[in-house]
Amino acid sequence: MLNEAIEILYVEDDPADIELTLLSFQEAGLTNSLHIARDGVEALDFLLCRGPHAARDFHAPRLVLLDLKLPKVSGLEVLQAIRSDPRTKTIPVVVLTSSREQRDLIDSYKLGVNSYIQKPVDFEQFNQTIRQMGLYWLVVNKVPES
Amino acid sequence: MFRGHSISRRLTLMNMAVSASALLLACAAFFAYDLYTFRANLERNRSIQAQIIGANTNAALAFDDATSAESTLSVLRASPNILAAAVYTPDGKLFAAYNRPGVVDSGPPPPIPAGEMQVVSMGISEMKLARLIVLDGKPTGIVYIRSDLLELQGRFLSYAGIVGLVLVASLLAAWLISSLSRQTISKPIVQLAGLANRVSREKNYGIRASQAAEQGEIATLIRSFNEMLEQIQQRDAALGKARDELERRVEQRTAQLAAANQELEAFSYSVSHDLRAPLRHIDGFSAVLSQKYGPTLDPAAQQYLGRIREGAKHMGHLIDDLLNMARIGRQEAIMKPTDTRTVVNVVIDALKPEYEGRHIDWRIKTLPTVECDSGLIKVVFANLLSNAVKYSRRKENATIEVGHFMEAGMPVIYVRDNGAGFEQTYADKLFGVFQRLHRTEDFEGTGVGLATVRRIIEKHGGRIWAQGKVDDGATFFFTLKPSGPGEVNHA
Repeated sequence: MLNEAIEILYVEDDPADIELTLLSFQEAGLTNSLHIARDGVEALDFLLCRGPHAARDFHAPRLVLLDLKLPKVSGLEVLQAIRSDPRTKTIPVVVLTSSREQRDLIDSYKLGVNSYIQKPVDFEQFNQTIRQMGLYWLVVNKVPES
Repeated sequence: MFRGHSISRRLTLMNMAVSASALLLACAAFFAYDLYTFRANLERNRSIQAQIIGANTNAALAFDDATSAESTLSVLRASPNILAAAVYTPDGKLFAAYNRPGVVDSGPPPPIPAGEMQVVSMGISEMKLARLIVLDGKPTGIVYIRSDLLELQGRFLSYAGIVGLVLVASLLAAWLISSLSRQTISKPIVQLAGLANRVSREKNYGIRASQAAEQGEIATLIRSFNEMLEQIQQRDAALGKARDELERRVEQRTAQLAAANQELEAFSYSVSHDLRAPLRHIDGFSAVLSQKYGPTLDPAAQQYLGRIREGAKHMGHLIDDLLNMARIGRQEAIMKPTDTRTVVNVVIDALKPEYEGRHIDWRIKTLPTVECDSGLIKVVFANLLSNAVKYSRRKENATIEVGHFMEAGMPVIYVRDNGAGFEQTYADKLFGVFQRLHRTEDFEGTGVGLATVRRIIEKHGGRIWAQGKVDDGATFFFTLKPSGPGEVNHA
């Protein structure tokens, strides 16, 4: 597990959201390896191989799914840290959040987010969104070789 | 007179003019009187001299002794003003003459009118006097005396000199008196003028004019001026206090408003993030439950799950709409001329999924260019046209008309449909938040759309109202400011 190439880092604090999102991933047939971080600190520790992940060899995931409202370190702070580190600078980051407040949108794009998705209340729409998002970022989209 | 000069200069000039003219008038009168008496005396003296000569030459005339007469005449040498003297016989022949050396003979005397004893003729430089010589009531000859007026001229010159001297002295005195009066009259006025100038320049109403010791108009003027300054100072202070108080209150209100706004924003941010998540979970797990365990649930349970999901989705819409309305309320309207026809076309195009498969007769009339925030006006048309599409969906031949007319110089835009309509009695309730005139099972909705529309129109300083009839359509009217006179975009 330690050195397995993680393709998706999913940063989310709400267990219900995690469960529903994972169900959607299954439904959409997205079987990519996935790591879940429950707050901003965990996410950065994992990404930058710090703290409990200090022993991990650095390997950039192909996609970061990021919630904005997180305990300890907020999603926007995580995004800022990702964009400031040369190793993680180019990783595609998709914000996946409840809010569509202009403030959040503006701040996210200013910090260099690649995509901003508001989670719909309707579960069918949510499934569809997750499927399209996964298909686009993991299949269609191309990233520079790390 | 003396316009443009300072008050003290004017007073001095006036004083000098008055004293000079008074002096000149007095001198002229005195001089005229003196001249008159002097001339009368001169005439009398010459007349007496002529009589004496006449008396002394009577015998010489009687005896035809010209030498005696000439010796009598030569006595006149002692009188320096006599130019010439002569005695003529009654028939006008020269009998004896005396001429001062250097004096030219000026011919015979002027004729003496009948009945008169003598005749006097006054020239510029000499006086001529001819007098009859009478003996026993019979004329025996004529005495003719010419005398110069040097005496008179000398008197005139000395007079002029005295008048000149007195005039200079009196002008000097007038100037001195004026200079002294400046202290009491013009100086306080000049000081007051300077003070008024300073007050208006420095806007310092605390300055006061020093009170003159004397009574009278100047003292009154200074007192009134000081009283006026006192009043202005009081008013200025009151005004300043009121302004400070107002500023303080505005600051306070602004701070309160900013705090309230911040709170509202925080609230709406929290609603946006936290209130939707549980709804997503309700809908999501209900969906999973229905998918995974659907076959084991009886139809009633399936139906309840459906209800739960509908409730969650409706709540989601409510939250979205409310957040939207709050956002629009906070948003500042950026006004610019906007072609409403373009906005309507864009909105109708975007609504296409809502009326797919239906036939709608769109009647887009001429629409004006108005002064508005194009983004907000798009929200207005999106709500009104979406409503028109929704409430006309049960009609076979749905008609939606958009047009405008002018009323009191303001364009009134209307959106009319031939759909479900409403009871006119409740027309006002349409624009309240969460107010609906239709059941959700008939026509879905949150009751926030028209409240948002009203908020936008009011933000633009416009007015919105509705007309309707049950099953006979609804018309929504709103006013906006025209962007220019008669700017109408024709269809």
